[in-house]
Amino acid sequence: MSKIIVVTSGKGGVGKTTSTGALGAALAQQGQKVAVVDFDVGLRNLDLVMGAERRVVYDLINVAQGDAKLHQALIRDKRLPNLFLLPASQTRDKDALTEEGVERVINELRGRFDCVICDSPAGIERGATLAMRFADVAVVVANPEISSVRDSDRIIGLLDAKTVHAENGEGIEKHLLLTRYDAGRVARGEMLSVEDVLEILSIPLLGIIPDNEEVLRASNVGAPIVLHNAACAPARAYNDAAQRLCGVDLPMCIHSDQKSLFRKFFGRRAA
Amino acid sequence: MNLLSFLGRRATAPVARERLQILLAHERKSACNSDLIAILHKEVLNAVSKHIAIDPDKVDVSMHRRDLISMLEIDIAIEPSVVDDKFRERAALVGRF
Repeated sequence: MSKIIVVTSGKGGVGKTTSTGALGAALAQQGQKVAVVDFDVGLRNLDLVMGAERRVVYDLINVAQGDAKLHQALIRDKRLPNLFLLPASQTRDKDALTEEGVERVINELRGRFDCVICDSPAGIERGATLAMRFADVAVVVANPEISSVRDSDRIIGLLDAKTVHAENGEGIEKHLLLTRYDAGRVARGEMLSVEDVLEILSIPLLGIIPDNEEVLRASNVGAPIVLHNAACAPARAYNDAAQRLCGVDLPMCIHSDQKSLFRKFFGRRAA
Repeated sequence: MNLLSFLGRRATAPVARERLQILLAHERKSACNSDLIAILHKEVLNAVSKHIAIDPDKVDVSMHRRDLISMLEIDIAIEPSVVDDKFRERAALVGRF
Protein backbone atom coordinates (compact mmCIF):
# COMPACT_ATOMS: atom_id res chain seq x y z
CA MET A 1 0.00 0.00 0.00
CA SER A 2 1.66 3.21 -1.11
CA LYS A 3 1.67 6.25 1.09
CA ILE A 4 1.45 9.93 0.08
CA ILE A 5 3.26 12.16 2.58
CA VAL A 6 3.17 15.98 2.50
CA VAL A 7 5.95 17.95 4.17
CA THR A 8 4.47 21.32 5.05
CA SER A 9 4.90 24.20 7.51
CA GLY A 10 3.21 27.46 6.51
CA LYS A 11 6.34 29.45 7.28
CA GLY A 12 9.25 29.45 4.86
CA GLY A 13 12.83 28.57 5.71
CA VAL A 14 12.08 26.10 8.50
CA GLY A 15 13.55 23.09 6.67
CA LYS A 16 10.79 21.57 4.53
CA THR A 17 13.01 20.90 1.53
CA THR A 18 15.93 19.65 3.63
CA SER A 19 13.54 17.37 5.51
CA THR A 20 11.91 16.10 2.30
CA GLY A 21 15.32 15.18 0.89
CA ALA A 22 16.51 13.60 4.12
CA LEU A 23 13.34 11.58 4.79
CA GLY A 24 13.19 10.48 1.13
CA ALA A 25 16.78 9.27 1.18
CA ALA A 26 16.36 7.60 4.58
CA LEU A 27 13.24 5.72 3.44
CA ALA A 28 14.98 4.71 0.20
CA GLN A 29 17.93 3.40 2.21
CA GLN A 30 15.49 1.30 4.20
CA GLY A 31 14.55 -0.38 0.92
CA GLN A 32 11.39 1.49 -0.04
CA LYS A 33 10.80 2.80 -3.53
CA VAL A 34 10.49 6.55 -2.97
CA ALA A 35 9.57 9.59 -5.07
CA VAL A 36 10.15 13.11 -3.76
CA VAL A 37 7.95 15.68 -5.51
CA ASP A 38 8.65 19.42 -5.52
CA PHE A 39 5.42 21.44 -5.42
CA ASP A 40 7.15 24.81 -5.18
CA VAL A 41 6.39 25.99 -8.71
CA GLY A 42 8.55 28.97 -9.64
CA LEU A 43 10.87 28.56 -6.65
CA ARG A 44 12.02 24.98 -6.97
CA ASN A 45 14.89 23.94 -4.73
CA LEU A 46 14.49 20.26 -4.05
CA ASP A 47 16.54 19.54 -7.19
CA LEU A 48 19.44 21.55 -5.70
CA VAL A 49 19.23 19.89 -2.30
CA MET A 50 19.20 16.48 -4.02
CA GLY A 51 22.08 17.46 -6.32
CA ALA A 52 20.04 16.89 -9.50
CA GLU A 53 19.67 20.46 -10.77
CA ARG A 54 21.52 19.79 -14.01
CA ARG A 55 19.45 16.74 -14.87
CA VAL A 56 16.01 18.37 -14.96
CA VAL A 57 14.31 18.02 -18.35
CA TYR A 58 10.58 17.76 -17.68
CA ASP A 59 8.72 18.76 -14.53
CA LEU A 60 5.55 18.30 -12.49
CA ILE A 61 3.55 20.76 -14.60
CA ASN A 62 4.58 19.08 -17.87
CA VAL A 63 3.29 15.78 -16.48
CA ALA A 64 0.15 17.30 -14.93
CA GLN A 65 -0.75 18.92 -18.26
CA GLY A 66 0.01 15.81 -20.24
CA ASP A 67 2.98 17.30 -22.12
CA ALA A 68 5.36 14.68 -20.76
CA LYS A 69 5.05 11.15 -19.41
CA LEU A 70 5.77 10.59 -15.73
CA HIS A 71 8.78 8.35 -16.45
CA GLN A 72 10.29 11.09 -18.63
CA ALA A 73 10.13 13.62 -15.81
CA LEU A 74 11.30 11.38 -12.94
CA ILE A 75 15.02 11.70 -12.16
CA ARG A 76 16.66 8.67 -10.63
CA ASP A 77 19.08 9.46 -7.80
CA LYS A 78 22.69 8.57 -8.63
CA ARG A 79 23.41 7.27 -5.13
CA LEU A 80 20.20 5.38 -4.36
CA PRO A 81 18.61 3.49 -7.28
CA ASN A 82 15.17 3.39 -5.64
CA LEU A 83 14.98 7.13 -4.98
CA PHE A 84 13.40 9.40 -7.61
CA LEU A 85 12.80 13.14 -7.91
CA LEU A 86 9.91 14.84 -9.69
CA PRO A 87 11.03 18.48 -9.97
CA ALA A 88 8.80 21.55 -10.04
CA SER A 89 8.76 23.98 -12.92
CA GLN A 90 11.01 27.00 -12.46
CA THR A 91 9.51 29.14 -15.21
CA ARG A 92 5.79 28.52 -15.00
CA ASP A 93 3.21 30.27 -12.89
CA LYS A 94 1.71 28.59 -9.80
CA ASP A 95 -1.72 28.74 -11.46
CA ALA A 96 -0.55 26.28 -14.09
CA LEU A 97 -1.22 23.53 -11.51
CA THR A 98 -4.80 22.32 -11.38
CA GLU A 99 -6.38 19.99 -8.87
CA GLU A 100 -7.29 17.50 -11.61
CA GLY A 101 -3.74 17.53 -12.96
CA VAL A 102 -2.23 16.98 -9.53
CA GLU A 103 -4.70 14.20 -8.76
CA ARG A 104 -3.76 12.40 -11.96
CA VAL A 105 -0.01 12.64 -11.21
CA ILE A 106 -0.47 11.53 -7.59
CA ASN A 107 -2.56 8.54 -8.66
CA GLU A 108 0.07 7.51 -11.17
CA LEU A 109 2.81 7.89 -8.53
CA ARG A 110 0.74 5.80 -6.12
CA GLY A 111 0.85 2.92 -8.54
CA ARG A 112 4.63 3.04 -8.92
CA PHE A 113 6.06 3.92 -5.52
CA ASP A 114 5.85 2.70 -1.92
CA CYS A 115 6.20 6.22 -0.70
CA VAL A 116 5.63 9.63 -2.31
CA ILE A 117 6.87 12.70 -0.40
CA CYS A 118 5.44 16.05 -1.52
CA ASP A 119 7.54 19.10 -0.65
CA SER A 120 5.03 21.89 -0.10
CA PRO A 121 5.76 25.54 -0.87
CA ALA A 122 5.58 27.97 2.04
CA GLY A 123 2.37 29.88 2.59
CA ILE A 124 -1.26 28.82 2.65
CA GLU A 125 -2.10 29.53 -0.98
CA ARG A 126 -2.92 27.28 -3.88
CA GLY A 127 0.50 25.59 -4.13
CA ALA A 128 0.45 24.60 -0.46
CA THR A 129 -3.18 23.43 -0.50
CA LEU A 130 -2.60 21.38 -3.66
CA ALA A 131 0.51 19.76 -2.16
CA MET A 132 -1.50 18.59 0.86
CA ARG A 133 -4.75 17.87 -0.98
CA PHE A 134 -4.26 14.13 -1.68
CA ALA A 135 -1.90 13.30 1.20
CA ASP A 136 -2.42 10.35 3.55
CA VAL A 137 0.10 11.62 6.08
CA ALA A 138 1.30 15.14 6.90
CA VAL A 139 4.68 16.00 8.36
CA VAL A 140 4.43 19.49 9.85
CA VAL A 141 7.92 21.00 10.06
CA ALA A 142 8.39 23.64 12.75
CA ASN A 143 11.26 25.46 14.42
CA PRO A 144 11.07 26.12 18.17
CA GLU A 145 10.29 29.76 17.49
CA ILE A 146 7.02 31.68 17.84
CA SER A 147 6.25 32.63 14.24
CA SER A 148 6.95 29.12 13.02
CA VAL A 149 4.75 27.54 15.71
CA ARG A 150 1.92 29.96 14.97
CA ASP A 151 2.06 29.20 11.23
CA SER A 152 2.18 25.47 11.95
CA ASP A 153 -1.01 25.83 13.94
CA ARG A 154 -2.61 27.48 10.93
CA ILE A 155 -1.40 24.71 8.62
CA ILE A 156 -2.78 22.04 10.98
CA GLY A 157 -6.16 23.79 10.67
CA LEU A 158 -5.88 23.67 6.87
CA LEU A 159 -4.90 19.98 6.93
CA ASP A 160 -8.04 19.27 8.97
CA ALA A 161 -10.23 21.20 6.54
CA LYS A 162 -8.86 21.07 3.02
CA THR A 163 -7.46 17.56 2.46
CA VAL A 164 -9.43 14.78 0.79
CA HIS A 165 -9.05 12.58 3.89
CA ALA A 166 -10.41 15.34 6.11
CA GLU A 167 -13.34 15.99 3.76
CA ASN A 168 -14.21 12.28 3.79
CA GLY A 169 -14.40 12.51 7.56
CA GLU A 170 -11.49 10.10 8.10
CA GLY A 171 -9.13 12.78 9.36
CA ILE A 172 -5.54 13.02 8.22
CA GLU A 173 -2.56 11.55 10.07
CA LYS A 174 -0.34 14.44 11.25
CA HIS A 175 3.14 14.43 12.74
CA LEU A 176 5.37 17.18 14.06
CA LEU A 177 9.00 17.35 12.96
CA LEU A 178 10.83 19.86 15.14
CA THR A 179 13.90 21.14 13.31
CA ARG A 180 16.79 23.47 14.24
CA TYR A 181 16.51 22.36 17.86
CA ASP A 182 19.24 23.61 20.16
CA ALA A 183 19.12 21.67 23.44
CA GLY A 184 21.65 24.04 25.02
CA ARG A 185 19.55 27.12 24.36
CA VAL A 186 16.44 25.28 25.57
CA ALA A 187 18.27 24.45 28.82
CA ARG A 188 19.17 28.12 29.22
CA GLY A 189 15.54 29.15 28.73
CA GLU A 190 16.24 30.87 25.42
CA MET A 191 14.27 28.55 23.17
CA LEU A 192 10.86 26.88 23.31
CA SER A 193 11.25 23.28 24.46
CA VAL A 194 9.84 20.16 22.76
CA GLU A 195 7.26 19.99 25.54
CA ASP A 196 6.23 23.62 24.98
CA VAL A 197 5.70 23.12 21.24
CA LEU A 198 3.91 19.80 21.71
CA GLU A 199 1.59 21.29 24.30
CA ILE A 200 0.70 24.15 21.97
CA LEU A 201 0.28 22.20 18.73
CA SER A 202 -0.90 18.88 20.25
CA ILE A 203 0.00 16.57 17.40
CA PRO A 204 2.29 13.53 17.79
CA LEU A 205 6.04 14.06 17.52
CA LEU A 206 7.88 12.42 14.62
CA GLY A 207 11.36 13.58 15.50
CA ILE A 208 13.65 16.27 16.84
CA ILE A 209 16.33 17.42 14.41
CA PRO A 210 19.16 19.19 16.21
CA ASP A 211 20.48 22.46 14.84
CA ASN A 212 23.76 21.40 13.25
CA GLU A 213 26.40 22.82 10.92
CA GLU A 214 26.51 19.62 8.92
CA VAL A 215 23.05 20.32 7.41
CA LEU A 216 24.37 23.36 5.53
CA ARG A 217 27.45 21.44 4.39
CA ALA A 218 25.19 18.73 2.96
CA SER A 219 23.08 21.23 1.02
CA ASN A 220 26.24 22.95 -0.23
CA VAL A 221 27.26 19.76 -2.01
CA GLY A 222 23.74 18.69 -3.04
CA ALA A 223 23.40 15.60 -0.88
CA PRO A 224 20.60 14.72 1.53
CA ILE A 225 22.09 14.86 5.03
CA VAL A 226 21.59 11.12 5.64
CA LEU A 227 23.79 10.38 2.60
CA HIS A 228 26.31 13.15 3.19
CA ASN A 229 27.24 12.11 6.72
CA ALA A 230 25.16 9.30 8.13
CA ALA A 231 26.90 9.48 11.49
CA CYS A 232 26.10 13.11 12.33
CA ALA A 233 23.35 13.96 14.80
CA PRO A 234 20.77 15.36 12.33
CA ALA A 235 21.23 12.37 9.99
CA ARG A 236 20.59 9.96 12.86
CA ALA A 237 17.55 12.01 13.86
CA TYR A 238 16.16 11.90 10.29
CA ASN A 239 16.79 8.15 10.11
CA ASP A 240 14.82 7.70 13.34
CA ALA A 241 12.01 9.90 12.00
CA ALA A 242 11.86 7.88 8.78
CA GLN A 243 11.58 4.66 10.77
CA ARG A 244 8.78 6.13 12.88
CA LEU A 245 6.96 7.08 9.65
CA CYS A 246 7.02 3.35 8.82
CA GLY A 247 5.45 2.55 12.16
CA VAL A 248 8.61 1.52 14.04
CA ASP A 249 8.27 2.41 17.71
CA LEU A 250 11.55 4.12 18.59
CA PRO A 251 12.14 5.97 21.85
CA MET A 252 12.40 9.72 21.29
CA CYS A 253 15.79 11.27 21.94
CA ILE A 254 17.73 14.41 21.07
CA HIS A 255 20.78 13.28 19.13
CA SER A 256 24.02 15.14 19.67
CA ASP A 257 27.53 14.95 18.30
CA GLN A 258 29.96 14.06 21.05
CA LYS A 259 33.12 15.81 19.98
CA SER A 260 36.40 15.15 21.68
CA LEU A 261 38.34 18.19 22.82
CA PHE A 262 40.94 17.49 20.14
CA ARG A 263 38.35 17.45 17.36
CA LYS A 264 36.71 20.57 18.72
CA PHE A 265 39.93 22.48 18.14
CA PHE A 266 41.39 20.74 15.13
CA GLY A 267 38.53 18.83 13.57
CA ARG A 268 37.05 21.71 11.59
CA ARG A 269 37.29 21.38 7.88
CA ALA A 270 36.12 23.39 4.95
CA ALA A 271 33.17 22.09 2.94
CA MET B 1 28.36 41.84 27.54
CA ASN B 2 29.62 41.89 31.12
CA LEU B 3 29.12 39.29 33.80
CA LEU B 4 26.35 41.25 35.50
CA SER B 5 24.19 41.47 32.43
CA PHE B 6 24.83 37.77 31.75
CA LEU B 7 23.63 36.81 35.23
CA GLY B 8 20.72 39.20 35.02
CA ARG B 9 19.45 37.76 31.73
CA ARG B 10 16.00 36.26 32.15
CA ALA B 11 14.68 33.22 30.35
CA THR B 12 12.71 34.40 27.33
CA ALA B 13 11.24 31.04 26.26
CA PRO B 14 8.42 31.15 28.87
CA VAL B 15 7.42 34.57 27.50
CA ALA B 16 7.27 33.14 23.97
CA ARG B 17 5.23 30.22 25.21
CA GLU B 18 2.70 32.39 26.99
CA ARG B 19 2.34 34.80 24.08
CA LEU B 20 1.73 31.90 21.71
CA GLN B 21 -0.84 30.27 23.95
CA ILE B 22 -2.89 33.46 24.24
CA LEU B 23 -2.61 34.24 20.54
CA LEU B 24 -3.54 30.76 19.36
CA ALA B 25 -6.47 30.47 21.76
CA HIS B 26 -7.78 33.61 20.10
CA GLU B 27 -7.02 32.56 16.52
CA ARG B 28 -8.52 29.10 16.91
CA LYS B 29 -11.71 30.60 18.30
CA SER B 30 -12.05 32.95 15.35
CA ALA B 31 -11.42 30.06 12.94
CA CYS B 32 -14.37 28.17 14.46
CA ASN B 33 -16.50 31.29 14.41
CA SER B 34 -16.02 31.87 10.71
CA ASP B 35 -18.61 29.13 10.15
CA LEU B 36 -21.01 30.84 12.52
CA ILE B 37 -20.49 34.11 10.65
CA ALA B 38 -21.21 32.39 7.34
CA ILE B 39 -24.46 30.93 8.73
CA LEU B 40 -25.61 34.22 10.26
CA HIS B 41 -24.69 36.01 7.06
CA LYS B 42 -26.88 33.70 4.98
CA GLU B 43 -29.85 33.65 7.33
CA VAL B 44 -29.95 37.39 7.96
CA LEU B 45 -29.78 38.03 4.21
CA ASN B 46 -32.60 35.52 3.60
CA ALA B 47 -34.74 37.23 6.22
CA VAL B 48 -34.11 40.70 4.83
CA SER B 49 -34.56 39.67 1.20
CA LYS B 50 -38.08 38.42 1.96
CA HIS B 51 -39.05 42.03 2.30
CA ILE B 52 -36.75 43.96 0.01
CA ALA B 53 -34.51 43.15 -2.90
CA ILE B 54 -30.83 43.35 -1.90
CA ASP B 55 -27.66 43.22 -3.91
CA PRO B 56 -25.43 40.48 -2.41
CA ASP B 57 -22.33 42.45 -3.46
CA LYS B 58 -23.40 45.35 -1.28
CA VAL B 59 -23.42 43.39 1.95
CA ASP B 60 -20.54 43.48 4.40
CA VAL B 61 -20.34 41.16 7.40
CA SER B 62 -17.71 41.37 10.10
CA MET B 63 -17.22 40.33 13.66
CA HIS B 64 -15.35 42.31 16.28
CA ARG B 65 -14.25 40.91 19.57
CA ARG B 66 -13.21 42.91 22.59
CA ASP B 67 -12.60 41.74 26.13
CA LEU B 68 -16.21 41.55 27.24
CA ILE B 69 -18.37 41.91 24.15
CA SER B 70 -18.46 40.40 20.69
CA MET B 71 -20.20 42.33 17.97
CA LEU B 72 -21.53 41.05 14.68
CA GLU B 73 -21.82 43.84 12.15
CA ILE B 74 -23.91 43.44 9.02
CA ASP B 75 -23.99 46.35 6.60
CA ILE B 76 -26.61 46.09 3.89
CA ALA B 77 -26.75 48.83 1.30
CA ILE B 78 -30.33 49.37 0.15
CA GLU B 79 -31.20 51.30 -2.99
CA PRO B 80 -33.09 54.51 -2.07
CA SER B 81 -35.76 53.74 -4.67
CA VAL B 82 -36.55 50.41 -2.97
CA VAL B 83 -37.08 52.19 0.34
CA ASP B 84 -39.32 54.78 -1.30
CA ASP B 85 -41.47 52.10 -2.97
CA LYS B 86 -41.86 50.21 0.30
CA PHE B 87 -42.69 53.41 2.12
CA ARG B 88 -45.35 54.28 -0.42
CA GLU B 89 -46.85 50.78 -0.16
CA ARG B 90 -46.98 51.07 3.61
CA ALA B 91 -48.48 54.56 3.42
CA ALA B 92 -51.15 53.31 1.03
CA LEU B 93 -52.00 50.42 3.35
CA VAL B 94 -52.21 52.70 6.37
CA GLY B 95 -54.36 55.15 4.39
CA ARG B 96 -56.83 52.37 3.57
CA PHE B 97 -57.61 51.73 7.23
